[in-house]
Amino acid sequence: MTAEVLWKDIESRVAAGDRFAGLFATRRPDGALMLSAHLAVPGGIDTLGTTLPVAASGYPALTPRLGAAFWYEREIHDHFGVIPEGHPRLAPLVLPGSPEEHALTRHVAGYGVFTIPHGPVRSGVLESIEYLVETPGEAIPHLNMRLFYKHRGIENRYEGMTPAEGVLLAERTEGIASVAHALAYCHALERLAGCEPPPAAALVRALYGELERIANHLDVAVRLSDAAGLAVATARFALHKERVLRLVSRMCDSRFGRGVVVPGGVSARPLVPMAEISAELARLSQAIAGDAAALMATSSFLDRLRGTGPLAPDRARQHGALGPIGKAGGFSDDARLHRPYDAYSWLAVPRARAHTAGDALARLRVRWEEVDQSFRLIELVADDLAERPSDLLRVTCDPTGGRAAGWTEAPQGEVIYDVTLRSGRIARCHPRSASFHNLVLMHEVFAGDILTDFPFIEASFGLSVAGVAL
Amino acid sequence: MSLWVLRGLRDGVVTTRWPRRPDEYADSWRGPVRAVGPVGSVDPALCPTGAIREPGVDQGRCILCGRCVAERPDLFAWSRGATGPTAAALRREALVVPKVPETDEAVAAARVRLAARTAALRRSVHVRHVDAGSDGSEEWEIQALLGPVYDIGRLGVFFTASPRHADVLLVTGVGARGMAASLRATYEAMPDPRVVIAAGTDAVSGGLLSDSDQTTAGVAATVPVDVWLAGSPPPPFGILNALLIAVGQLAGGGKGAR
Repeated sequence: MTAEVLWKDIESRVAAGDRFAGLFATRRPDGALMLSAHLAVPGGIDTLGTTLPVAASGYPALTPRLGAAFWYEREIHDHFGVIPEGHPRLAPLVLPGSPEEHALTRHVAGYGVFTIPHGPVRSGVLESIEYLVETPGEAIPHLNMRLFYKHRGIENRYEGMTPAEGVLLAERTEGIASVAHALAYCHALERLAGCEPPPAAALVRALYGELERIANHLDVAVRLSDAAGLAVATARFALHKERVLRLVSRMCDSRFGRGVVVPGGVSARPLVPMAEISAELARLSQAIAGDAAALMATSSFLDRLRGTGPLAPDRARQHGALGPIGKAGGFSDDARLHRPYDAYSWLAVPRARAHTAGDALARLRVRWEEVDQSFRLIELVADDLAERPSDLLRVTCDPTGGRAAGWTEAPQGEVIYDVTLRSGRIARCHPRSASFHNLVLMHEVFAGDILTDFPFIEASFGLSVAGVAL
Repeated sequence: MSLWVLRGLRDGVVTTRWPRRPDEYADSWRGPVRAVGPVGSVDPALCPTGAIREPGVDQGRCILCGRCVAERPDLFAWSRGATGPTAAALRREALVVPKVPETDEAVAAARVRLAARTAALRRSVHVRHVDAGSDGSEEWEIQALLGPVYDIGRLGVFFTASPRHADVLLVTGVGARGMAASLRATYEAMPDPRVVIAAGTDAVSGGLLSDSDQTTAGVAATVPVDVWLAGSPPPPFGILNALLIAVGQLAGGGKGAR
């Protein structure tokens, strides 16, 4: 199948309701470049591919047909130098370019328009990214981003690792979603080995995954409250977040749940008795609900979020926006519901309420609903685990070859790992974080918003740069 | 607004009293691995970051995966406690435990030099953070210091946006080559005296991503590091401890100190 034929196929499948979930390239041992696309379909992720002729310098770009491929094709160009012909803007994305490329190019012309380079070292304790804000002083007619500063060469590092070592790197690919990344990676290995984690392990995985979601959503609440100057709210949510992280560290000796997920299951049950975890979470859930209700009744706060950074529902659908950003715009894709894994295949995952506003406020509402859902899911997990006091936690998972994809619903949205093994070693591992897929949408949500809205919009996206510039 | 005043009173004082009083959470922290027996016979491949090397474990490379503890509990054990003079080092080689002979002397000399530089900073310290290729978790742990539980303001430590106002440069991440120029420029913009902390195993050695086309082996390749803090990521108490050691509010700085 040539690239052209594959793109036509993808285009028609997306039109029919499948979701474009990513595109990446792999250099085959014979030197030819293989392009692989992921499509999310009910129940799973389809992988489609085409191989370019050896020494091909380019191929017809997908982006003109499917806008969501915009960053993916730039990433491929960065890594492999192959040119997607017809791509609208082939600037470096994830690899630092030459010094000339650091010059400020402006996209908007007009009286008094100037560019504020904001980053990579920004005020506050934040990850390194540079926003190029084009502004006549207040409005933001155009925003550009440079992600490449903290590129760490993660994909290359995977190559040659043993499958067991790969988990350690997956945990550090996007550190604030360590559990989700480790899970997606392990799901790919388990699919290759044809094994399934035992039920108790599947439950423990869900427990850590939901705690990670709660911590991440609380982090967004901290950042939004801080941006609005609500000192008490900032402190309250920071306190709750710290309590969640401390609970996780008491459960597994890591505040980020590292070391829990292993291929074939989990390394151990929580070190804290389930009854104690449930009691602590009941207290936390009540405290968070009270503060969240107060926050959502603070009009000076809501005024800053309402109508801020809106993503139109049809754009959310076209792009296949993931996680809270998609859900806030009425595009409600949730891997736990639509492509269930681990314990979610039998736990009743509550369905999310429908939102259509697509603004920062809707994104926060989605997060509060998800926090609530997570607490309820953990209750189900706790009940279920109590009935399996001495179950097996791990099965042998020792795949040696083949290729498979694994996925999870991270707090930021769906994470996909595409893993290829050869003779018991990783030949290629491509992680696709929700942060990478969603961050490109920042380009288009500044309609009518001004400089002081920037921190709200950025925080409401809730993404991690580490997961973008791998 | 009165609503928030009342909510702010709900949990009473949640702030730790450390360092004036011990803190149970800090003391129970599971830190990097230490060697409890001769490691000469151990297959170096047991450690994914090559932290096992004579005469023991280089904690600056330890990512706390626990492979060695699970495989050889007779030779390796977890360290406990996120604070104290041994939880951060004033010399890179002091992160190797048990210590190499000469280390004690070198640490003592480093301590004297650092104390001379930072005597003026003790009561009011301004910190500039730079992410040089972190996985994002280190930033969470540093942000936690600003929250009500750690509340570093009570110790006279403040974060500042401008490197021109900063006394301490707190660097996280593996040393991404793309960040080298920005990190260097931030360091050079700081007035003397300045202190650099490499926060986390990634910043100390590069961790799993050490020394590639895209990374250096930690941030010391770009800026001169004064305080070395292992951990993947280091917990808030560990970072706080390193900050106080950096400005001489706490004595410390060598694994050899205890």
